[in-house]
Amino acid sequence: MDATSLNFKNNARGAIADDPLQKALAKLAVGFPLKRAQAAARLPEFEGLRDQARDIKNHVLENLDLYLEAYEEKVIASGGHVHWCATAADARETILKICQDAGAKTVTKSKSMISEEIAVNGFLEDNGIEPIETDLGEYIIQLRKEPPSHIIAPAIHLSKEQVAETFRNAHIDLAANRPLEEPRALLEEARGKLREKFLRADVGLTGANMLIAETGTNVLVTNEGNADLTNNLPRVHVVIASIEKIVPTLEDATTILRVLARSATGQEISVYTTFCTGPRRPDDLDGPEEYHVVLLDNGRTDMIGSEFHEMLRCIRCGACLNHCPIYKSIGGHAYGWVYSGPMGAVLIPNLIGMEDAQHLPNASTLCGKCESVCPMRIPLPKMLRKWRERQYRAEIGSKQVRWALHAWAWLAKRPKVYRYVMSLGIAMMGQFGGAGRFKSVPFAGGWTSKRDLAAPTGDTFISQYHKGARGDQSGELIRRKIMR
Amino acid sequence: MSGRDQILGKLRSKLGRASTTVSENAALNHMQAHQKNLIPARGDLPKAQRVALFKQEAEKVNATVSELSHFGDVPNAVADYLRQHQLPAAIKIAPHPGLKNLRWAEDTSIEVLDGRANGDDPVSVSVALGGVAETGTIVMASGPDTPTSLNFLPLDHIVVVSADDIAGNYEAVWERLRAQADAAGRPGTLPRTVNWITGPSRTADIEQTLLLGAHGPQRLHILIVDGLETTAADA
Ligand code: SF4
Repeated sequence: MDATSLNFKNNARGAIADDPLQKALAKLAVGFPLKRAQAAARLPEFEGLRDQARDIKNHVLENLDLYLEAYEEKVIASGGHVHWCATAADARETILKICQDAGAKTVTKSKSMISEEIAVNGFLEDNGIEPIETDLGEYIIQLRKEPPSHIIAPAIHLSKEQVAETFRNAHIDLAANRPLEEPRALLEEARGKLREKFLRADVGLTGANMLIAETGTNVLVTNEGNADLTNNLPRVHVVIASIEKIVPTLEDATTILRVLARSATGQEISVYTTFCTGPRRPDDLDGPEEYHVVLLDNGRTDMIGSEFHEMLRCIRCGACLNHCPIYKSIGGHAYGWVYSGPMGAVLIPNLIGMEDAQHLPNASTLCGKCESVCPMRIPLPKMLRKWRERQYRAEIGSKQVRWALHAWAWLAKRPKVYRYVMSLGIAMMGQFGGAGRFKSVPFAGGWTSKRDLAAPTGDTFISQYHKGARGDQSGELIRRKIMR
Repeated sequence: MSGRDQILGKLRSKLGRASTTVSENAALNHMQAHQKNLIPARGDLPKAQRVALFKQEAEKVNATVSELSHFGDVPNAVADYLRQHQLPAAIKIAPHPGLKNLRWAEDTSIEVLDGRANGDDPVSVSVALGGVAETGTIVMASGPDTPTSLNFLPLDHIVVVSADDIAGNYEAVWERLRAQADAAGRPGTLPRTVNWITGPSRTADIEQTLLLGAHGPQRLHILIVDGLETTAADA
């Protein structure tokens, strides 16, 4: 899809004014973090598993060429085909060719962020093949021609009324006055519609949560079971996956699965975890006759060994979105492409270029919450800072910001002047901010137009520190803490 | 240049791999060792408690569970289930010899067909490879006796699992599958499809409201049978 990331500021403004979105985000902001915390607390080994999950992916990335070859060998040995695609265009062409060779008219799809990334739906449509998203959320946004607004909950921005309206417009063969007020009625309608499509599809296109080198297996994780109907019923199963999805063994996949659902939805494990290996065996009664894996690079090899190398450990759980104060204020669409939240802000500039995604690394308070919940322990704030540094060096960003940074840098290198200027400023603000909060501050309208700024109490940290008075603790204690 | 050469070539130069031997061995050794990572202690229990944990975890995610003392009790248990949910007395069973040879006709008035699911079967009955107590998960492996479509197309899925096949953790089930592949002369392979199933199908895609029965079964009923003769039991 075409990115609108450059429009981030306008997108974000629109998102803040979008009522159904704000309601959904308020619900998400409570539900997901709470469930994740409960799931983590229930498993004493959770932190240890996170360490191991990180180490497994680090080991894979160091040996990615070898594991890819080993994986390919196993897929071929089990009767499947592997297609290596350096670019999104190559992957689209490859998938089209497989569909055409199969004489396909319809392709059922289960949710795949990679398929969003390569925009395969529009491409298949242009070539006379109907792609059908089957994950309920993806189905809804496909009908609305929208991108996903969350990597695991793609239609989270919509109200049930909006979904009902979408179904009324799309399912014109059904009675116009049917009741669609309840989520259950919406689900039943979608289930019925999609069931026909599942049974008729010629090709099933799925993503992969992981690819297991040991056995040439792809892993699919869903709660709905749509990936299973997608891979089992059509004559041809196509898997689209990016190269970093490899893990060495079934045990390694298992370790990552133990942290995936807990981080994503707070479930102990998702309802369906499926391991597909090759096409059906000669005496099997069902399953696809052909099995293809489309391996996509699309910028990943450029990230290997770069400052963004560790981003390749990401398992797309969505925890960093659910805990991000920026994501929770504006949702996913504002980011302007298929990914969003902290992982999107790091990944999108890698995939579409820093120029087009320049606002995203700045859409973060660097509060560190994302890194603290990331099951793969990806240092997202560090990488956001790397993008900011690169932008500064490349002279991307507003003159005002660059000037302010210059001025601050000059001051920061001169501690005495810095302290004097700060104490002046603080004293002034302390005088004017009598009621404890500012409604407006010169040069900070961007902040104060939406919220008040707390007024300082009239003294800097450093001077309090020297006086030995900081809150309830003695200055000595603070001094010791700082020195440590 | 082919996509393959392009991708692998770039990776090799990025990873600075002049000679591949050292880390090649490291990678291959890792794959062949099947080294176990950290396994949660939760499932590490003697059989009776393990089965109890399995039941508790499965019920937590909306599955229902009955315990039977004989495999021969399965037809009556299925009949009870159909009556309880006011379902038609017609089922599609997996063409598993044990399941087919049960006294369906003698003990019940259920119409029994076997084979894969076609989309119009309301209720299926199949046999699990095993269970995992850690999360109340059943494990299904595809094969001529166990078509995968039975796990997903019907609205009600009834699964028979032997109490002896309920393991503490997933790793124990992988070991069983590896042993089966070795015994069949196909080491290092898996069945076409292995499903871990934990509760019935669900979605929260509409306003984050939890609904069961999204695409797969709306109800999952597990029959734990003690003393069912199956494959190797896990200690
Ligand atoms: S960066 Fe971490 S938290 Fe965010 S989606 Fe990826 S794995 Fe999950």
